[in-house]
Amino acid sequence: MITLAWLYIPAGLLFAAVALRSAADRANPKRFGTAAFWGLMALSLLVGDRIGDFGNGLVVLGLAALAGFGLVGKGSPPTTTEPERKASAARRGNRLFLPALVIPLTALAGTLAWTYTPLGQSGWIEPKRETYVFLILGVILALAVIVIWLKPPALAPIEEGRRLLDAIGWAAVLPQLLAALGAVFALAGVGEIVGAGVRSVIPDGSVFLTVCVFALGMALFTMIMGNAFAAFPVMAAAIAVPLLIVDYGGNPAAIGAVGMLAGFCGTLMTPMAANFNLVPAALLELKDPYGVIRAQIPTALPLLLANIAILYWFAGLA
Amino acid sequence: MTALPLLGIPIVVLGFALRLNPMLVVVASGIATGLLAGMSPVEVVAAFGKAFNDNRIIAIVWVVLPVIGLLERYGLQQRAAEVIRGFKGATTGRLLLLYLAYRQLTAAVGLHSTAGHAQTVRPLVAPMALAAAGDPTPEEAEKIKALAAATDNVGLFFGEDIFFAIGSIVLIQQVLAADGYTVAPLQLALWAIPSAIAAFVIHGARLLWWDQSSPSLSRGGGSRAATDGGAPPPLADGERSPSPSKLGEDL
Repeated sequence: MITLAWLYIPAGLLFAAVALRSAADRANPKRFGTAAFWGLMALSLLVGDRIGDFGNGLVVLGLAALAGFGLVGKGSPPTTTEPERKASAARRGNRLFLPALVIPLTALAGTLAWTYTPLGQSGWIEPKRETYVFLILGVILALAVIVIWLKPPALAPIEEGRRLLDAIGWAAVLPQLLAALGAVFALAGVGEIVGAGVRSVIPDGSVFLTVCVFALGMALFTMIMGNAFAAFPVMAAAIAVPLLIVDYGGNPAAIGAVGMLAGFCGTLMTPMAANFNLVPAALLELKDPYGVIRAQIPTALPLLLANIAILYWFAGLA
Repeated sequence: MTALPLLGIPIVVLGFALRLNPMLVVVASGIATGLLAGMSPVEVVAAFGKAFNDNRIIAIVWVVLPVIGLLERYGLQQRAAEVIRGFKGATTGRLLLLYLAYRQLTAAVGLHSTAGHAQTVRPLVAPMALAAAGDPTPEEAEKIKALAAATDNVGLFFGEDIFFAIGSIVLIQQVLAADGYTVAPLQLALWAIPSAIAAFVIHGARLLWWDQSSPSLSRGGGSRAATDGGAPPPLADGERSPSPSKLGEDL
């Protein structure tokens, strides 16, 4: 059976190859720091299950130190120039889109086949991981198509991957680190303390204010944790279940679903949700790392109000 | 219960506000939180390590980078921009509105991992949105790129919960079940629809408003005037200067 552990191997090999090429890149003044950073990621992906919790902790400290003290730089992998790209685009036309579509189409067709045909019962893939397996399969197919059709130099896949990875830099690792911080917060009981504090500010008997505190609490706690999943159990136990559902007789499905979406409004406004907000800023080479968040706040705030309105008027409370 | 472990939160907020390196801020906050909750230093480092290792699935998505990078090498962004310039009436706002609808609908039927910042926004959506703006100033280009990423997020967040077999639905169901309330995933999914519509209306209105207020249009740059020469470099790789003579033959 193909398990999640298998999928770490191609990712680990990519990071390892990028680390090796980084070490050899004399155009990068920080080439050894850069190589060490991607090398630690390769180590984590390839042997993370064998080095123990403390060993992994040391990997995390190493990654944070390399990034935090500015030892990770940007290499200069060989690629094409803007005029060359224009010429290639003009010559090859819309066929260039085909390899790009191979990845989503493989993920799509594979996931659908797995869900709606007997293939899903074959037990070849770890349950619930099939989309990731087909994503990787799609990448392999797309690479094969590109290599056969365009015949890039042998090292080009690694070097072009390194070009993009270097553009993202340490932001590529931050989401995983934030997920780890969420786990440490949970161990330390931060959720319970916040839940108790939030409940103490709710005035008695006001359905509307209780709805507001629940929705705003979901958004705010999501902003702190970077993740609505961490906020939901806390706010459900503190407000949604005892007050909105039990005391005021609200509809559990509506309060659960819309409460979670109120949390998603918080996700749009926080740098703690790095994979959605900081990584794309790096990936698109924005000057302002918070540019994506700034673009989202004018959507997130009215949407939060809309969720409060949906909760108040349509969840069986008013 | 003591409130001391909460000190990790102001560390994070302050660290981000002062724009210190987030990697350091996060680790400092985690260590402070763990120590204040009474864990030993070794326990804190081990807890961090275990959670980091358990979340490696987040790193898998980077395997798409070699494919995206190779396609950029052969002019994918330039081609995407060219296609948009060929459409009369294509504007940044209308294009992103279309992508918002696409992202919400595909996420609603469980296809949330088929698009994303690495897979679609950088290679396709952002260059297309830039091309549709004609000849944006650097500041406008910056905002258009941010808007493209924002549109992806809004579409994903307010589409995926309409699909019943997704993590957040399962989580809601489990939390409510622990308190004795049985709700079917499909019920939860249906209750995600009103917010999804609100998201489409609010963000969609902003996107169309962008077209109205965008100065590049009023300057007469137009969306698809023959800007072949002056077209914005899609997503510049900054100051890199590869040796073209050596690379030309590989194209």
